[in-house]
Amino acid sequence: MLSSKLTGRNLWIAALVVPPIAFMSLFLVYPILSAFAYAFYEWKGLARGEFIWFENFHRVLFEFPFSERTINAFSHNIFVFFALMVLQNGVGFLLAYCLWRELWGARFHRVAVFLPVVLSTVIVGLLWKLFLHPLFGAVNVSLRGMGLGFLAQPWLGQDSTALMAIIVANAWHMVGFPTLVFLAGMQRIPSEILDAVRMETESEWVKMSKIVWPLVAPSATVVFTLLFVGAFNWFELPYVMGGIDGSPHGATDVLGLYFYRTAFGSMSASAENFGPGSALAVLIFLFIAVVSSVITIRLRKREIQL
Amino acid sequence: MKNILLGATLTLATLLGQSASFAADLTFWTWRQEDKAEYEKFFKDFAKTNPGISIKFEAFEATSYNTVLSTALAGGKGPDLMMTRTYGGIESLAGAGYLMPLDKTKVPAVAGFSPAALASETMRSDKVLYAVPAASQTMLVVYNKEIFDKNGITEPKDWAEFIAACEKLKAAGLMPFANGTSTAWQNETIVSALTSSIMGKGFYEDLMAGKTDFNDPRFVTALGKLKEISAYFPDGFIGLDYASAQQLFTSGMAAMFAGGSFEIANFAKQNKDLKLGVFAAPGLKAEDEKLVGLFYDSGFAANAKTAQPEAAVKFLNYAASKEFGQVFANNLNNISAVPGVTFDSPLLAKVADLNKHSIAYMTLVNFRYGEPTGSNLIQAGVQKLLNGQATPAEVGKSMTDGLSAWYAPFKKK
Repeated sequence: MLSSKLTGRNLWIAALVVPPIAFMSLFLVYPILSAFAYAFYEWKGLARGEFIWFENFHRVLFEFPFSERTINAFSHNIFVFFALMVLQNGVGFLLAYCLWRELWGARFHRVAVFLPVVLSTVIVGLLWKLFLHPLFGAVNVSLRGMGLGFLAQPWLGQDSTALMAIIVANAWHMVGFPTLVFLAGMQRIPSEILDAVRMETESEWVKMSKIVWPLVAPSATVVFTLLFVGAFNWFELPYVMGGIDGSPHGATDVLGLYFYRTAFGSMSASAENFGPGSALAVLIFLFIAVVSSVITIRLRKREIQL
Repeated sequence: MKNILLGATLTLATLLGQSASFAADLTFWTWRQEDKAEYEKFFKDFAKTNPGISIKFEAFEATSYNTVLSTALAGGKGPDLMMTRTYGGIESLAGAGYLMPLDKTKVPAVAGFSPAALASETMRSDKVLYAVPAASQTMLVVYNKEIFDKNGITEPKDWAEFIAACEKLKAAGLMPFANGTSTAWQNETIVSALTSSIMGKGFYEDLMAGKTDFNDPRFVTALGKLKEISAYFPDGFIGLDYASAQQLFTSGMAAMFAGGSFEIANFAKQNKDLKLGVFAAPGLKAEDEKLVGLFYDSGFAANAKTAQPEAAVKFLNYAASKEFGQVFANNLNNISAVPGVTFDSPLLAKVADLNKHSIAYMTLVNFRYGEPTGSNLIQAGVQKLLNGQATPAEVGKSMTDGLSAWYAPFKKK
């Protein structure tokens, strides 16, 4: 009796829920699961061979030359994550604080800081490549103009500077995003709290570190997690500025480039290795999924309800 | 008797009638979007002699072409005809069984092609040809004739003359070379373009025979000379990318560009006033044979599962004909792989002439079949060498050791 009463409602719910679930399964769950499955097969070009258990995983983690490249790319991702944490999120927080305190020109700078974010990554990559051009680039030309010619470098050609140059370009491009998120968080801080603080201290440092920073914790959770995912999925900018091979000699290689090159081959150096490529994709996915969940859970704990 | 004749005539007439009404729509895929107009002309010419067969041209972005193509073929949605890459690039398609195997009965004209051309489209495991070789590329030095004339420089006959010419250009305030090496594969092309004559035919033969490896003094000397001449590359060339290097040459700021013959068409398009010349970089002594690096970069293949195999084979026969080779060379400014083709452009004629004394562009031709590839190793090695982080001997050793992971003759005994 009860069930027949609810049939109409259930049907209605089903009609609303099934299409999105079907859509998600078809275009999200199915591709991910099939990529998982691909990683367990041997591949000849794009033709599937035998089921080989964990052989592909073993190759990318423990066998020459893949293992070396995996470690190299992975260590670069870690470096990128920490460097951007400082250059992008750290600077973003300071910028947000300055904008929030309404220093001179705050309105103009609020737009200016966010402007690069709307540019396409490819444009930013090419722009910075021109800035860093060894002969005519704005960076080297200005250094020479200031009599600091000895500091002029072939920035993107040396392993000592190439990765850092791309990181700086990325920070320039994206710094507006954490700034905006932090600024929104700061603007949500109730004015009573701030008035109370003003009675206690005049120190900006105390205000920033003891009041503002803990109260923007939800914003920090968002930007930290997104930066983590972004840093380990990094692809476009190193691709445009360093090329698919992570030039020079792998100094700008990151997991994204390495996965693409391995799975699909690079026209100028190697054929496709679809099995190891799929195994890499699975490992990258698992790593990001697990670590970003942990980060989110840990960071959520320090958020305070206002 | 009359009846038989009549019968024969009738049969013949029906056959002819059939072939006249033979209609097929084929698709052709390539990565060379820029050649669309020319290919459509070729297809029209082909349709004149093969009425009823129309071919539709479709192009895809060059760097992802093999991925797009193999994905389409795997899904059964591939084209009937396609341009294929060579060496390892064709093995991934042929090995998966996507391509129609070709032989002398299907395409008789391939018998006349050079063994090196055929090897570029042959799978090593079954020794079967899978595509009609289309074009070769040559690694050499392209130079700006006006700059050479103005500074009284002629094509160098030995290494000392080569260096002297660079010195002269530098003293005149010009960049001797336009090359930059921040784009990884440019490190591989300059080795072949500048040092093939120093390595010499003997080295390549010994290498192929398994008698030597990249620790060979001939190879190490070649890399040493590369390092020496890189002093005449632009300031900060290790941070200079491929496109910027090309611009330095086309703008007339630099006198030479060490690279592939595929640059010629592009240079001419960028700056029509440029007067170009080509030469093979000399060996150490004037009597050393001057060699260029040679490889084949493309071919024409048919889908193994095409619905119109006869029509596809007809096109492949056309692609292997001298008639096609000639229009291909004249219209696309490429060195056709078809034997006996002549060249309208004196520059291409010169390249074809240089090809008579060549060794393979070996890291691409022979060492791209396993991981790490010879290309991976030489690109990284030369970047280190030019940046002062490795010696020529260390680069040779890293290549030999790296390749020993899969290249049987290098495996430690």
